[in-house]
Order: sequence, then C-alpha cells, then structure tokens
Amino acid sequence: MATPLVVSEVAKSFTMHLRDGVRLPVVEKVNFAVAAGECVVLGGPSGIGKSSILKMLYGNYSVDSGQILITRDDVTVDIAGADPRTILSIRRDTIGYVSQFLRTVPRVPAVDVVAEPLLARGRSQEEARARARTLLEKLNLPEQLWSLPPATFSGGEQQRVNIARGFITNHPLLLLDEPTASLDAENRAVVIELIRAKKEAGTALLGIFHDSDVREQVADRIIDVSEFRAARDAA
Amino acid sequence: MSDHSLLRVNAVTKFYGSRVGCRDVSFELWPGEVLAVVGESGSGKTTLLNAISTRLMPTSGTIEYRMRDGQFRDLYSIGEAERRFLMRTDWGFVHQNPADGLRMTVSAGANVGERLMAIGDRHYGNIRGSAAQWLGRVEIETNRIDDQPREFSGGMRQRLQIARNLVTGPRLVFMDEPTGGLDVSVQARLLDLMRGLVNDLGLAAIVVTHDLAVARLLSHRMMVMKDGNVIEHGLTDRVLDDPREPYTQLLVSSILQV
Repeated sequence: MATPLVVSEVAKSFTMHLRDGVRLPVVEKVNFAVAAGECVVLGGPSGIGKSSILKMLYGNYSVDSGQILITRDDVTVDIAGADPRTILSIRRDTIGYVSQFLRTVPRVPAVDVVAEPLLARGRSQEEARARARTLLEKLNLPEQLWSLPPATFSGGEQQRVNIARGFITNHPLLLLDEPTASLDAENRAVVIELIRAKKEAGTALLGIFHDSDVREQVADRIIDVSEFRAARDAA
Repeated sequence: MSDHSLLRVNAVTKFYGSRVGCRDVSFELWPGEVLAVVGESGSGKTTLLNAISTRLMPTSGTIEYRMRDGQFRDLYSIGEAERRFLMRTDWGFVHQNPADGLRMTVSAGANVGERLMAIGDRHYGNIRGSAAQWLGRVEIETNRIDDQPREFSGGMRQRLQIARNLVTGPRLVFMDEPTGGLDVSVQARLLDLMRGLVNDLGLAAIVVTHDLAVARLLSHRMMVMKDGNVIEHGLTDRVLDDPREPYTQLLVSSILQV
C-alpha cells in the first residue's frame, strides 16, 4: 500500500505587509512521511510551526515551496499546487482535520454539525445523525445539548463536538490539532480510545498533543519540529 | 463533483469612459460551487456581477454559459429572447434591496408564482401550491401568502426574494450584498437558510459582499477586488487565514472580533 502522506522539502514564511513587509520565516526543509495505521506526533515548543504544518497539509495555508503528496487508491495529488476544487474534494474524501477551535454556524444544532461530513459524502441524513449521536454519547456530551447550536457551549463541550465531527468519517488521513487540550481525564481517555480504533482501521494520523500522557499513549513516533526551524533573515 | 464547468468568464473588462470598472477578470465556476467576490465600495465587484449576468455589456472579454443542452454559448451573442428565458428560469438574481427584485404591490404568492407563469405554468392550483411550499422553505408562514411584501419586514422581504428566485429551479444564482442592511440576528437566519438551500439544491452562486464573515460562511472560493482588478483568488479559508496581498491583509485585519 502506498504511503498516504509524504511531505518533501516544504518551506513556509509569512510576509506581513502591514508591518513594512517584514518576512517571518516559519519552517523550511520539512521532510517526513506518515504510513497507514501509524500515529505520528509533531513535537517541540509553542510557536515552532506545528500548527502551521497541519494547516498547510489541509490546504488552509499556502506553501512557499516543496511538495505535500497525498496518495489514495494509487492516485497522488500535490496539495501544495492543487486548485481549490481539488483541495475541497480531498477534504471531503481523504483528509480529516480536528482543529483547536470549533467554527460554529448560526442555528445549526450540534448533532448536524457532527453529521455534516457524512452527508457531504452522500450518506443519508438518518444514518449520518445516528452515527453522530453514537459519537456524541461516547464523548459524554449531555444529550440535551445535541439539538442546540454549539455557539454557547463551553470550551470542552465545543471541542468534543469538533472531535466527533473529525472522527465520524473514515478518511484515510486524519490531522489532529490538540484535540484533548480542554478535556477532563475521562474524556481524554475516550479520545485515546478513538485514536487507537482509527489506527487499527488503517488510518494515518498526524497530531499535536501537548499533554505528555496522551502523547505517550498514542504516538508511534515523535517528529521534532525544531529541526525544521527556518533560518531567520539577517536583520 | 461535475467535470464540466457551468460558466467561463474570459478577460472581462468594463470601462466607464476612461475610468475602469473591472479589468481583465477570468475565472470558471462549477455546478454546486459558491464564489464570493469581496472588496470595498467602488472596487468593481458589482460592475463584474452585472457584466456576467448580462445586465451590463462589457467593453471586452467573453462570458460563456453551459446551457441545459450541454453546449457553451457566448452570452452576449445569443438572442434577446433566449437571454431573457435564461434569466427567468436558469438563473436567479437576488438584489441587496428586495424592492428591486420584488413587486411590492402584488401578493407574496404572486411574487413567487410569477416566475412559474413566465416559464409557461398555467395551472392556478399548481402555482399556488408551489408558492406556498416555497414560502415554507424560506420560513414565511403560509397564511401570509396573500399579503403584499410592503407589509413584510426587511428580513422577510429578502427571504421572499430568495423564494421568488429559486422557484424555477435555477442552476446559477447571483447575489448582490444579500444580507446588507439587515439586523445581525436576521442576517444569521438568512445565511443559514441560504447555506442550506445552496447545499440541498446543488446551486452555483456568485455572491458579492463586503462582509468577510458572510463570504466565509457561504463560499468555497473567494476573489478579492481592488480598483477594478482581482488581486487575490483562492480557497475561501486560505485567502482569509493566510492572505498574501497587502490589501487582503488589511481587509482581514480590519474584521471586528466578537
């Protein structure tokens, strides 16, 4: 089976035009791969570019140079040069992403926020909602919240909605940006169990976990992102 | 996702005398895709929308649309009758001010039914039935079917305008600041409604807005205009989260956070 994710010579910087065009290098020479059934963790201190790497893989940040190769069913796409339609179809079918914060849509109830990725893949509303309810129950989100829009939920409740939304599909590649940051021990254990189930199902996972306990329980390997730290411009 | 685009815009330029309205704009739109055109007043976004929707003849460039027979036709070379038929059936146009898109002194039901009659529906019961069903979909109580839109609130008028546009099953909808001038809570309801309808019906849409939050919620792809030029174009969340151009960075950093 082909490697689902290969990152090769990727570099990223930001040019801040509102600050006299100052260029902020983030990472360079990023090289790694994630195999099916493996959970790889991006390590290193805050501000080193871990989230930026995940965002580039998801097509949310542009890439200055290098390749991000996503392979599914022997078809390989370079995210770094893909057009918006291609990125949207890869997000629908191939790459899942649990972000740190839930972006809520007015009036849409939690159960439908979770069910949406399955609906987008053509499943029936009944099936998608049933699966969403199963996940929300597993994550101990009180049932009376399911039919409410998550805008007014607590941080931990929103994060559980976000996790359920990310784990509901069987995307072969899953990106996790601190999914356990605002969870209590009981729910952290649930997330660890969900991650293990994904690994057994052959999903390639790439995540950021600041909680060392969670990291030790899920990580097959840790990549130190400080190795990719870009050289700063000479001032 | 369909492999054929619905609309091809090639190097569209519009001059008003020596002043530039929009310059050298090219893009393709696919079925089910929502494109947001953002920029401040005077950036050329409404000029572009009007040029594409055949309301304003461009100075140069072509706009091709894939008709229901699968053939692309240049919109400025088709006959007037064909163009009008297109606007009445296959397209919708949602104006910022509902009064521009509604007939204010005929009933809500007739406003929706009129577009059905324009495509040859003559059965009164069917027309009224469709009108009632569409009022329901845009969350207007059916007992208001005989009321005139001038008796409606701003948000209701805008929802009625959407129903009037969607009743014929269009494939492409143009929207010019569809939430402009509405209260925030009314906006949220309208946005949620539009999002649902676009998803359910697989509509393609071009939405002109100066509100980046509206663009984020509704669109897949985004074009940023300044002084008549498209200065940045890409996946909506990419443009908003990693803006490249100085002007886009200024726009994004000017959003008020709540």
